[in-house]
Amino acid sequence: MPPPGLSAQDLYTPVGEVRAPVALDLFRTQVRLRRFEKRAYDLFLQNLVKGTSHLSLGMEAIAAGFAAAMTPEDYTFATYRGHAHTLARGAPMDAVLAELLGRDTGLLHGKGGSMHLTDVEHGMMGSYAIVGAHLTVALGAGWSARYLGRPRVTVVFFGDGATNIGAFHEALNLAATWRLPVVFVCENNQYMEYTPIRAVTAVRRPAADRAPAYGMEPVLIDGNDADAVFLTASHFLGRARAGDGPALIEAYTYRSTGHSRADPAHYKPADEVAAWAKYDPLDLYRRRLLDGGVPAAVLDEIDASARQEVDAATAKAKAAPAPGPDRLLTNLWADGGSSWRN
Amino acid sequence: MAELTYRDAVARAIAQEMARDERVVFLGEDVGAPGGVFKATPGLLERFGPERVRDTPISEQAILGAAMGAAMTGLRPIAEVMFADFFAVCWDVVANQIAKARYMTDGQVSLPLVIRAANGGGLRFGAQHSQAVENWAMAVPGLKVVAPATPRDVIGLFAAAVRDPDPVLFFEHKALYPAKAAVPDGEIVDSLGTAEVRRQGDDATILALAAMVPRALAAADRLAEDGIEATVVDVRSLVPLDTRTILREVAHTGRLFTVEENPRLLGWGAEVVSIVAEECFWKLDGPIVRITTPHIPLPAADFLEDQAIPSVDRITDTIRAAMKS
Repeated sequence: MPPPGLSAQDLYTPVGEVRAPVALDLFRTQVRLRRFEKRAYDLFLQNLVKGTSHLSLGMEAIAAGFAAAMTPEDYTFATYRGHAHTLARGAPMDAVLAELLGRDTGLLHGKGGSMHLTDVEHGMMGSYAIVGAHLTVALGAGWSARYLGRPRVTVVFFGDGATNIGAFHEALNLAATWRLPVVFVCENNQYMEYTPIRAVTAVRRPAADRAPAYGMEPVLIDGNDADAVFLTASHFLGRARAGDGPALIEAYTYRSTGHSRADPAHYKPADEVAAWAKYDPLDLYRRRLLDGGVPAAVLDEIDASARQEVDAATAKAKAAPAPGPDRLLTNLWADGGSSWRN
Repeated sequence: MAELTYRDAVARAIAQEMARDERVVFLGEDVGAPGGVFKATPGLLERFGPERVRDTPISEQAILGAAMGAAMTGLRPIAEVMFADFFAVCWDVVANQIAKARYMTDGQVSLPLVIRAANGGGLRFGAQHSQAVENWAMAVPGLKVVAPATPRDVIGLFAAAVRDPDPVLFFEHKALYPAKAAVPDGEIVDSLGTAEVRRQGDDATILALAAMVPRALAAADRLAEDGIEATVVDVRSLVPLDTRTILREVAHTGRLFTVEENPRLLGWGAEVVSIVAEECFWKLDGPIVRITTPHIPLPAADFLEDQAIPSVDRITDTIRAAMKS
């Protein structure tokens, strides 16, 4: 069954099979991301996550599918909606949650916050909060990997809204011209912020329809099908790793919450919300595994363990100290300080 | 020792650093095969090859984004923004991304990169190809800002910029490209954050940057004919700023004049003057005077542009009048 609003022939059909251990891994990651994002939302409502946060609820299959297809050396670049990608690459949940709470134990010691999650040790090269900017940054990671002879692929995630900003086009053109090992992934959740992407875009498929302009194949996939994401990712990462150049993949999905903070998303029609509620990636995947013979107890155990992990991370983050004032003036420069004069 | 133009010094500086460190790569519009629109980078493509010296499309965001991504993953890129005015089309990458990445990640990300740009006026290019914009960069925490005035400094400060572990904006002055001077042979490496006293006097201290340095020196020679002996400090580096040298030289003469090519408001001199006012006030014998371009876009016609940018005449007259009052 294709996602709401698409027919089967709209979709790229990936080849290959997802083996059982990978399938369980895809389920586990999606569950962890789901439990984390729900907790992040609760903590936001409790004013423990301050400022803003952008959740990936309903979009977990994309982060899970790509992360499973990547090697530990590959690079991820994500947007301000980056909790899921950061966790999926292996960043410790404790530190991610503590960063959301602005604690000293946070991934960035409270200096980045929800929109700038970065974990270089796990190949997570940053979350970028200016729409489209990081597509160009990803070019450099691809260039350096090739120049240094490292078989690394760079995967850069962005929203549908980013397809209408200049940096998107500059990045795709240069990636294609230089045949860089970069996979561009548009998470089309159908709303740029509050406005439907179709209302402000000249083509129906905001990323896929632009791909031929840069000599790339239009690839539209069901972003709520973790298997489809994983298989497509494996194929195009393999191609890029082999030196066959970049790809642009549009993963069709739906943000089941508002854009940010406590946005109630009243702009979304009720029938659309209802249709997508029945197309939830986690529900779909659970059903698929059950149909494939995985015992419910195994899946329930994965869910219970994810809940425990989130509870433990929450307790730890709440108990952690705020960053001390000594953090304020550190690490502007490589010498560790922030001095601009002698 | 050889006579070298400022323009030739750029190519020598880049070659010096690329030959030393294989991680140094270079990208920009027309920098490779054509050798640069200002002919400042000829021969580099031939010497270092097309993977290290890359011609790009007219995509300033992609150029600087690629430089940033390469820097954070192990290279030491040099990126060219053809005219410094074009920073306006890629300022997000500079001010939001490059400048902030290390601080926001509390040190996870390193960005050892240099962005070169042809800055400043005097070539009759009009308002969008002539601006002196060092102060734009100076206003953003996380960027180092350098502007050499001599061929020797082009090499020494550029080498220091490439070897620096932080992002450096390197402003070459396009009117200085033909300027010639003797430059020592062999490797030249300077250090960032050091001003240079170009002339020593007891009566007034003139601070200048890039193309304003030779004008300040010429003005000082004329002032000497009237018995006014001026110290001329080539500021060279705005971030880090050598306040020690500046404060010492101001304290010595008791009078401060800045010569700035930027439009008046919030030019680099304004910050320097505020530091002097806070830390050196009781050493002053008279008002501080800033000599700047008026607060206007630069006009194209030679007559008008020459009126706008501080000239030797205007510098001389302004200082003479201030010293007499």
